[in-house]
This record gives sequence, structure tokens and C-alpha cells, in this order.
Amino acid sequence: MPETIHLPIGPQHPFLKEPAKFDFDIQGEEIVGARMNIGYNHRGIEKLCEDRNYFQCLFILERICGICSHSHTTAFVQAVEKLLGLELPKRGLYLRTLVCELERLHSHLLWLGVAAHEVGFDTLFKLVWRDREIVMEILEEISGNRVNYAINTMGGVRRDLTEEQRKKILAMLEPLLARTEYYAGIGTNEPSFVGRIKGVGRMSKERAIEKCAVGPFGRASGVDMDIRRDDPYGAYPDLDFKVITSDECDIYGRVLVRVFEIVESCKMVKQILENLPEGEIAVKKVMRRVPAGAAVSRYEAPRGEDVHYVRGNGTEKPERVKVRAPTMANLEAATESVVGAFVADIPIAIASIDPCFSCTDRTTVALNDRKRGRRLTTWADLRQHGIDWYRKNRGISF
Amino acid sequence: MNSLKVALYILVFPGFLFQSGFSTFLEWVDRKVYARMQNRRGPMYTGWAGMLQPIADIVKLLSKEDIVPAAADRRAFAFMPILSLAAVFTAGLYLPVWHLRSFNSFEGDLIVVLYLLTIPSFSLFLAGWFSVSPYSLLGATRVLTQLFAYEVPFFLAILTPAVLAGSWQISKIAIFPWTVAGHWWVIPIEAIAFVVAILTLQAKLERVPFDIPEAETEVVGGPLTEYSGKKLAIFRLQKDILMYVGAALVACVFLGGFGALPQGGDQASIGVLGLIFGGYLGGVTGLLLGVTNLVVKTALVVFLLSTLRAACARIRIDQIVRFSWRYLAPWSVVQFLIVLLFKAKGAV
Repeated sequence: MPETIHLPIGPQHPFLKEPAKFDFDIQGEEIVGARMNIGYNHRGIEKLCEDRNYFQCLFILERICGICSHSHTTAFVQAVEKLLGLELPKRGLYLRTLVCELERLHSHLLWLGVAAHEVGFDTLFKLVWRDREIVMEILEEISGNRVNYAINTMGGVRRDLTEEQRKKILAMLEPLLARTEYYAGIGTNEPSFVGRIKGVGRMSKERAIEKCAVGPFGRASGVDMDIRRDDPYGAYPDLDFKVITSDECDIYGRVLVRVFEIVESCKMVKQILENLPEGEIAVKKVMRRVPAGAAVSRYEAPRGEDVHYVRGNGTEKPERVKVRAPTMANLEAATESVVGAFVADIPIAIASIDPCFSCTDRTTVALNDRKRGRRLTTWADLRQHGIDWYRKNRGISF
Repeated sequence: MNSLKVALYILVFPGFLFQSGFSTFLEWVDRKVYARMQNRRGPMYTGWAGMLQPIADIVKLLSKEDIVPAAADRRAFAFMPILSLAAVFTAGLYLPVWHLRSFNSFEGDLIVVLYLLTIPSFSLFLAGWFSVSPYSLLGATRVLTQLFAYEVPFFLAILTPAVLAGSWQISKIAIFPWTVAGHWWVIPIEAIAFVVAILTLQAKLERVPFDIPEAETEVVGGPLTEYSGKKLAIFRLQKDILMYVGAALVACVFLGGFGALPQGGDQASIGVLGLIFGGYLGGVTGLLLGVTNLVVKTALVVFLLSTLRAACARIRIDQIVRFSWRYLAPWSVVQFLIVLLFKAKGAV
């Protein structure tokens, strides 16, 4: 029995694009134990939202993630629209969905490049990222921005699409579709690439459900779940699309699911552009004060199900905004899937969920209880402290 | 006078200065080819089309801060880069790049070169071992594991032409395809060994798909994780020279070599093909032909290495061991048998 070595990875490591900490127990090259910890990039966005009105919140939430920025605003906007009871015009919904799908396209292309890079296949990485630029240009054409599109607003979208733009984008889609199909072929057939991903990072269907895996990660383990179909929003009820699943249960399956989702997304973008309805792009009048109540909105982000919970209290500021980014749901499952693999498989196995640690970051603060000389403050003590503080400073008694 | 000549050999022409310069040229070729295959431009600004970029990189590294980890064995840590550089540089001296016989050539120098080319791997292993960091240790063990995978097929592949030529001297193996008119067809006979040699050379150089010991995304820099500044610069130069020596060795034993005959050499027995494609001609013309052959043939080998690098993903350590013992080693044995068959028939 070889000696067990502790291999720390992170918070800084070449394979991690964002800070996170992984601890692996290794015997030789084999991993026998894995733990993970996040909290290096917590930005307190949920708290920031409580101090801003709903429109300002949009711009804060857009910056949760640099890749799925539209996902977070759409999820939030949908929740607020539920509270406001708005009925959106068709064209607005279509344009919103158009950006959704383009975002999925560029996110999956980006992921394919990163995955290729993690296993040293830099040629695929460079070529995929070159052609991802086409999507970025389309997004720039639509919204004027490459990353944070700022196209969502309560009750619709902020920019319309002219007829020339529509034709131009349709023309740009042709080479994109051809090239993505080519990369899909490379990603699923190139022997050295497939040799690295097949049978690695296994996650059974049962275990994936137990660990609440979502999105392409879950679908690659045979969990047939897609919010676009199961709980449709936007223009998805009108669109004709397939939900890609795979029974491979490994990284190869995740590549399969994502590359075919890319192809599917290309087709959906085409559908949307060809059937773009006429009319308004947004509701004319939107109240600044949102009625009291709570709403939950689910959204199929490129990485999986994104959940936003918004509670209004009748003012123009939300009382609570809660974000559950898809990485949060997948991270534990991904850490577990590494056990039994080799050290060489760590980067690709972790990257196979398309992690976005900044989006998902939570933090725990250990409060020293100085008064009682304890290392941690208990919940009861903290509550008592709050009551005392408000009584002393604000004159409020509970 | 003679000792001055030897000093010049060692320091200037086939020696240090030439090897450093030419190997950085080969690195430039490699980077440029690799970049073009990825639809990038590669080095652009230092020198003509970025030709001086590799040198600039090394100079920059030399000027960087040199950090030695507190837990590391200081002396061994500093000695390893020098040892590996000295080994590849000495190996390079035995290559017949100018005269038909390099100044220190002898019967059996092929064995010495192969032996010297093994030292960088061991010094890399020790460098990782003495750095005392998890990534270095992982990288170091991977270096050794990989060595056991590729070394035997590499030896078998390189020794095949030696058996064919009936000599252990690199220059004799190099000139063998040209010596008697009509013998150039021994080059295609060794095709399998050539492919094996290219693959194992790639593994020796630790480049994709065999860059397992220093896989950036897995073990940061492998054995070199803790190296910085001058020591890292020396390792980089060593890697460049290793690529040059490896490519030139393959070109010598498989592609007919390169080099001008010394005055009074047995020029007559070399056919026209040999004079042109081997560059075995006296005087200035011979020198030019020899240099052209050197550049073209090593660049060709490097081109193949870069193509391989661009076309593959990195494989795993267990995969390379399986690959080389299941495919490379048996195929080199098959090649050996083919060569022995030719020998037995008396065809060559």
C-alpha cells in the first residue's frame, strides 16, 4: 500500500481560472479522497441588491458572471415580472431568448476550448476560441456589448433588431454552424482527446440525482432535465428543439452533450430569427414599486439550472434576492467524480462541470466570541447579541 | 595550435555558440509552425519575423530573480541545470555537422550520444526530487516513469540504422546510404524505425502529447515548478539544445546526414545523390550544401515534431506506458527483423 500524500490544489493553480481550493489524497497517481472549499471570491452581490432599486439590481446581477451574464438578469427579471404580473410582448420574449441561446453557444464553445486546453490540446482550444468570436460579434451586433449585454429590462428588452441586422446575423450563422459541427466531430472522435475523457470522472445517474447535479453535467449522466422544456419560459414553448442527454456518465458524455447542444443552439437561433414576430419589444409602462410578495424563477443557464428568488416589500428595492448559480449544484458532484481517477484527470474532471466559482461563491465568517472566550459564536449568542445591540443603539425591544 | 583548434571546436563551431544559436532557431521554427497550425502568428517582433524571440526569452529569464526553496538542497538544486546542459552540449559535439568525422569521433560514439541524452531526464528527475514540493515530486516520478516507457523503443529505433550500416559511428551511419551508388533506398526501409524515433524523441523532449511530466494544467511545471531565473533559463536552453541534438541525430541516422568532406576524403565513392542530398562535397560549395542540408533536415524533423504537438491532446502516464510497450517496442523489433532480413539476404 503506497503512502497517502496530501495534494493541495488552489486557490492559485494554472488549471483554475478562478480561485477555489481542492484537497486531494493521492496514492501514487491515484486519487483516494477529495474535498473542496470555496469562498475566495465572495462579492456580497445579494446584499448589494438590497440597497438598490430593481433596475439598478439588473446591472449588479449582470456582473455575477462574465459568461452567463444574461442568464442571471433573465432569471431575475422573470421573477420580478411575476411579482409585477406583466404580460410580455412576443417580440421582446423572442429577442430575449435569442440572446439566451447565443450566450449558450459562446459559453459552450468557450468550455470546449478550456476542456481541450486542460488536456493539452491547445490547437482545438485556439481554433474554437477563434470561431467563438463570430458569436461575440453577433452579440455585439444585437446589444452593442460583447460580454455584459445589458439587454434585459423589466417587461422586455432594451434594443430592437432591424431587418438588416437580422439578415446579417443569419448570414453569419452559416459558417458558424459548419465550423461547430466540425469541432463537434473533433471533440468526439479525436483519439488522443477521447482517450483522455472516456471513462474518466464517472458519475452514475442515481448519484447525480442524489447530488442534485444540473445542466449538461446531469444530462450527461442520463438525468433528463431541462428547464427550457420542463418549465418553459421566454420563447421556448414556440421553439422546436431536442434536449440532448447521454448515458455515458463520464466526461466524454459531457463533451457529447455540450457539442450537440451547440449545434442545437445554432438551429434555435436560426428558428428565432426566421420567425421573429412583429410588435413591441417591451411593456410600455412598468411600475418602479414592486408589490410585496415572493417569486422564484428558474432558468436553464449554459451550465445548468439557475434559480433566483426575489422578495418584494412594496417599495422600489427588493427585500431579498437569492441566487443559486448552477455551479453550486454541480460542484460537490464534480469533486466526488474525481475519486478513483488519476492526478492527471483532476483538471479535466473539475472543468467538466464548467465551473464558475465567482458566480457561486459563498462565504462563512467565523466570529470570535471574545466575551465568553470561545472560538466560535453560537447561533443563540449571536441572536442575543443582535437583540442587545438593537435595544442599546436603536431603542427597539423584541 | 592544436589545443586552440579544439577549444574553438568546443566553444564556437560545432560547440557551444553554434549549438545555442542554431537550437534557438529551431525553437523559432517550432513555435512558428505550431502557431500557424493554430491560426496564430507566433513570434513577430524580435528580429526578422520574431526570429530572435527565443534568445530574448532566455535573456529575460537570466535577468529574473533566482529563488531557491528553503527546503531544497541548495547545491544539488543549482547543479542539476548545469549537469543537464553539459550533457546535451557534449552529446552535440559528437554530431558530424561539419567534417565527415567530428573532431572527437570514434567507433561507438552513437552509444555515447544515446547515453548522454539520457542524463537530462535523470537530472530533471533529481531537480524535481531536490525541490521538495508536491508538484515537483509528482513531476519527477512522472519523468522516470516516462523514461522507462520511451527509452527502449528509442534505442531500438536509433540502433536499427546502425545495424544496417554495420557501424556504431554516427558519421559512418550517416554516409552509409550514399557510399555506394544505388544504396539510397535503404532510407525507406527504415520507415518504421523513423516513425518510432520521432514519437519517442517527442517523449524525450516532453512535448504534447507526451508532456506528462510538466503538464501545465496538472502539475504546474512538473520538476521545474520551483525553478526560476538563471537556473530555469539554463533548463530552457538545455531543452532547445536537446531538441537540436535529437533532431540532428535522427537526421544523421535516418536521413543521410549532412556535412562536407575533409580535403582528400573518399569523395569518389559517394554518388551524385549523396553529394547533393548529403552535402558531402569539399570546399566552399560543400560547406554551403552541408549547411543547407543541416538546416533543411533538422527543420524537417522539428516540423514533424511540431505537427505532432499541434495534432494531439496530452495522454496520461499509464497510456504512454501502454502505448510504447504495446506498439512502439514491438514495431521497432519488427523493424529490426526486417533489417536483419535484408542483411542476411546480402542486399545491403
